[in-house]
Amino acid sequence: MNSADLSALGLTFRLAATTTVVLFLLGTPLAWWLSTTRSRLRPVIEALTALPLVLPPTVLGFYLLLLLSPRSPLGGFWLELTDASLTFSFSGLLIASVLYSLPFMVQPLQAAFEAVGRAPMEAAATLRAAPLDAFFSVALPLSLRGVLTAGVLTFAHTVGEFGVVLMVGGNIPGRTRVISIAVYEHVETLRYADAHRLSAVLLVFSFSVLFAVYTLNRKLPLNVR
Amino acid sequence: MCADSLHVDVELRFGSFSLRLDEHFPTEGITGIWGPSGSGKSSLLRSISGLERRARGRIAWGDELWLDSASRIFVPAHRRDVAYMFQDARLFPHLSVEGNLRFAERRAPSKGRSISFEDAVEALELGPLLSRRTTDLSGGEQQRVSLGRTLLTRPRLLLLDEPLAALDSSRRFEILRFIEALHAGFGLPMLYVSHSFEEIALLADEVLELEAGAVRSHGTAAVSFAGGARLQDASLSVLAAEVSRVDARWHLAWLEVAGQEISVPHPASFQEGDGVRLLVRARDVSLATSRPVEVSIRNVLTGRVRSVEEEQDSAFAEVTVALDGPSDAPRPLLRARITRASLHELELEEGHEVYCLLKTVSVDRALAHG
Repeated sequence: MNSADLSALGLTFRLAATTTVVLFLLGTPLAWWLSTTRSRLRPVIEALTALPLVLPPTVLGFYLLLLLSPRSPLGGFWLELTDASLTFSFSGLLIASVLYSLPFMVQPLQAAFEAVGRAPMEAAATLRAAPLDAFFSVALPLSLRGVLTAGVLTFAHTVGEFGVVLMVGGNIPGRTRVISIAVYEHVETLRYADAHRLSAVLLVFSFSVLFAVYTLNRKLPLNVR
Repeated sequence: MCADSLHVDVELRFGSFSLRLDEHFPTEGITGIWGPSGSGKSSLLRSISGLERRARGRIAWGDELWLDSASRIFVPAHRRDVAYMFQDARLFPHLSVEGNLRFAERRAPSKGRSISFEDAVEALELGPLLSRRTTDLSGGEQQRVSLGRTLLTRPRLLLLDEPLAALDSSRRFEILRFIEALHAGFGLPMLYVSHSFEEIALLADEVLELEAGAVRSHGTAAVSFAGGARLQDASLSVLAAEVSRVDARWHLAWLEVAGQEISVPHPASFQEGDGVRLLVRARDVSLATSRPVEVSIRNVLTGRVRSVEEEQDSAFAEVTVALDGPSDAPRPLLRARITRASLHELELEEGHEVYCLLKTVSVDRALAHG
């Protein structure tokens, strides 16, 4: 494997890991809100969250490209602030990935929180646990499977994205060229051996991760501390 | 700590349900809240605990406000000094039994009642269960752990929401015994919700009866139970009695009821002079017009027929008997359920003298208020 491929590999995992962390921070409160609210806004937010599941990545990528471009308010503001463009940069890729993988974080978390239900949270409140305390000491441990699933799906899904990355990030070696783009380029330039190698890495990785998750999920039924 | 009462003045509406009451609850003893399902018992308890946020009005413990809609005060559940025992225990499945108890202990205030982990474990006999998973416990064990957990929050008031409803009948008495022991041992005031008149009759010092979201009656147990209760087919009488002597040879305790004596199997805890409460099911009472001789039933009380109620389209009638006793005291009432055929054969009418044969009686703890 040449150094360009290695750097694509590194970039991909850095992007996936950062996306997962950011989405845990943003997606957990959102999922909790969705699972507990009686607000009439809920279906609207749920639909927005699920949008990346049904939109072609190119459509999402197109809108993001407009949103992040230096001529847009957001992109312009970023350019002024950091002297760098959001499009065709790692930061831009990160924003795009976070939006693109949002449902893969929020939906498993929301389902897990809904399965926990109100009863244990009420019990925690009567045992003098404040809401945040109850969330971390009761809701989150009871949702462990959902948390694991959400994290792994988000990570794996980010590793596998292509369309959005291509639209927003382009194909700059070392900066925005992730594995899927690298494979695409190898195929386009008829370097099948390189394409094979990289594809195999991704295939083995994806299978191992999913296998590990399904195994763990079976072994993780509410451990007694 | 020395609040004189819990004042609850609330209104709660959702859908077609509504609850409206303005009552004071004592801050000692056990108050039974009784009524059919859907009468608002649990909603009342949830409003007091802060779990029900839709309640409007005012809830105050002494001069400490927990809810005052007028001035937009709502103290959330985790900051109200009450513990709540749920019908379904609600133990945390990700923690062991000990983990559940420690959860409560860690968050309990250091001031207030000093109830240690060891106290709770000992009082509820939880020692052998500590390392068990909560999901492996029987229903009765779960409720015991749940009781221990509520105890360890060191509350000023314990709210119990149908704590026996999910148990089979053989386990109920056991949990009831623990609840009594906690009350006696730690002096913890309780509000006890149940649809079972029997549980309320055995435990409560004061009784609030709810019907369709409104208070039907509220008073001391002695007054509430004086006439017994008419349930579908399980009428009960509640009688105050005193242990007059214990007979070690036959393991019997003699109880004095309105100047008359009966004997019951002698529970080890009884001592001469104890005040106890007797529960007699109407179907366990037979009537005779002359003193029966040579029957195995030992307990016979005399009295006069107060009223007769024949059930329509049924084989049964219910006879209320005012027991003979000292003329200066109110006559205790005893209900008997007999067939209409025997009613007519005996020609029972108001004022007739009768002998009441008691097949079985349940006896329970001291009546706190005469």
